Amino acid sequence: MPHMTISATTTHLLNFQDVAMTFPDGTTALSGVDLTVNRGEFVTVVGPSGCGKSTLLRIASGLETASEGTVELDTDRIGYVFQDATLLPWRNVTANVELLAELNGVPRKERADKARKAIDLVGLGGFEKNLPKTLSGGMRMRTSLARSLTLDPELFLFDEPFGALDEITRERLNDELIKLFTEQQFAGLFITHSVSEAVYLSTKVIVMSGRPGRIVDTFEVPFPMPRDPDIRFTPEFAALVGDVSHALREGHS
Amino acid sequence: MSTQVKTQPQTITVKRSGRPLTTWGPPLLVLAGILAIWFVISALLGDRDFLLPPPNEVLTQAFFNPSTMGDILQSLGRTATVALTGLAVAIVIGVLWAVAMSQARWVERSLFPYAVVLQCIPILALVPLIGFWFGFDFFARTIVCVMIALFPMVSNTLFGLQSVDIGQRELFQLQKAGRWTVLVKLQFPAALPAIFAGMRISAGLAVVGAIVGDFFFRRGSPGIGSLIGNYQSRVQGAELFAAIITASLFGVLIFAIFGWIGKRAVGKWYDFGSS
Repeated sequence: MPHMTISATTTHLLNFQDVAMTFPDGTTALSGVDLTVNRGEFVTVVGPSGCGKSTLLRIASGLETASEGTVELDTDRIGYVFQDATLLPWRNVTANVELLAELNGVPRKERADKARKAIDLVGLGGFEKNLPKTLSGGMRMRTSLARSLTLDPELFLFDEPFGALDEITRERLNDELIKLFTEQQFAGLFITHSVSEAVYLSTKVIVMSGRPGRIVDTFEVPFPMPRDPDIRFTPEFAALVGDVSHALREGHS
Repeated sequence: MSTQVKTQPQTITVKRSGRPLTTWGPPLLVLAGILAIWFVISALLGDRDFLLPPPNEVLTQAFFNPSTMGDILQSLGRTATVALTGLAVAIVIGVLWAVAMSQARWVERSLFPYAVVLQCIPILALVPLIGFWFGFDFFARTIVCVMIALFPMVSNTLFGLQSVDIGQRELFQLQKAGRWTVLVKLQFPAALPAIFAGMRISAGLAVVGAIVGDFFFRRGSPGIGSLIGNYQSRVQGAELFAAIITASLFGVLIFAIFGWIGKRAVGKWYDFGSS
């Protein structure tokens, strides 16, 4: 029987045991997935498109319920960053960042404080009054990040958040995300289809294969946090990217 | 200890076509063309130019005639009262109707067909009946007006409420936001551009509806519709045209006012396109 529990006894924040997902139309998106995210970990899932990696996040966040297996969550402070920034176009940056706190009934003054801090953390100071349509794609994503930061998340879920951004913006946001990770001490579960992004960002990389999605390999990333941007050009980094890519290709065939 | 990234504040200004010549030139040119054709036709009509009096005659005989213009404006005022009342009622009913339908599939399935039916029934055929039921006064005229103006409000509002982005919906769902919160903080603001677009259409229709009402319900103080009827039966061409033009201008004015209100309300974040 599928069920979801919030327990306080385990050391991990998120634990999937033998999770499977079959949609009403019969497609199997996930099968036999075991996955753990511990405190202090940044776990990235790479896989071909359509392998069910987004479904994984949707189950973790409670947007979907797994059809089989057990999902354990040790926190209710969960940040979720969508593929799209999903900002409300009629609200300026501050009002957008305040939204989640507002929905959770946080008093006006307290949420204004939270929003100001979050806006500073993502480097959007000076843009508080801007409407989303006057922001670049990268700045919209920063606003979206700030919005989730106001929840003080213990677990941060990212659904390919930087997929639509250009390379330069993407690398900058990767660095800022790492800084946020080391300073704010949340655990992360990050979905991407970029192998180098996965290796650069995370402490653990999980490789998934497609149809139905299952985990084919797991890699511990040994490089220290916060990461030095130049680590991307070292042989060790290249070797690990190569290994992950191999696993990806083997799982795919 | 905070992650500070310096970025220059910037504002992106959206350029609008500002030159008056390119904005007003083309429609004025068309107007000149229409007036020229009008002149030619009434000249060709010769003795029978009461069928289409030339524009200058419409100006001198009707527009510049204080007593005629007084009649026209006074009756337009009565019609406008009916139109604006009908419009206000249509906006309120239309929005409530659409909100009710947006809350559950079964409500939408039960109620939407009747919005379509309302749109499709030949109102003109119903008007005499409405007169029998509700009298031939202000109340009945307003009902006709509401029936004609209601559909665009219902369909536009419903479309707006349902067009909310799925990601934004899930964002609210993740915070376990209730139905009312989602409606007030997400669906309704997102629907505002569509609601204002609906208001513009309904405003024009409300004026048409009020004039139609005038035509049928001639009891009590006459609106511009009954005045048009009178001029028609007395073959007062110039006055007839002046009344029709005034009524049309009023419709255009209301349309423009609602366009302006819409732009003021949501133009900052929503681009209506050129209009």
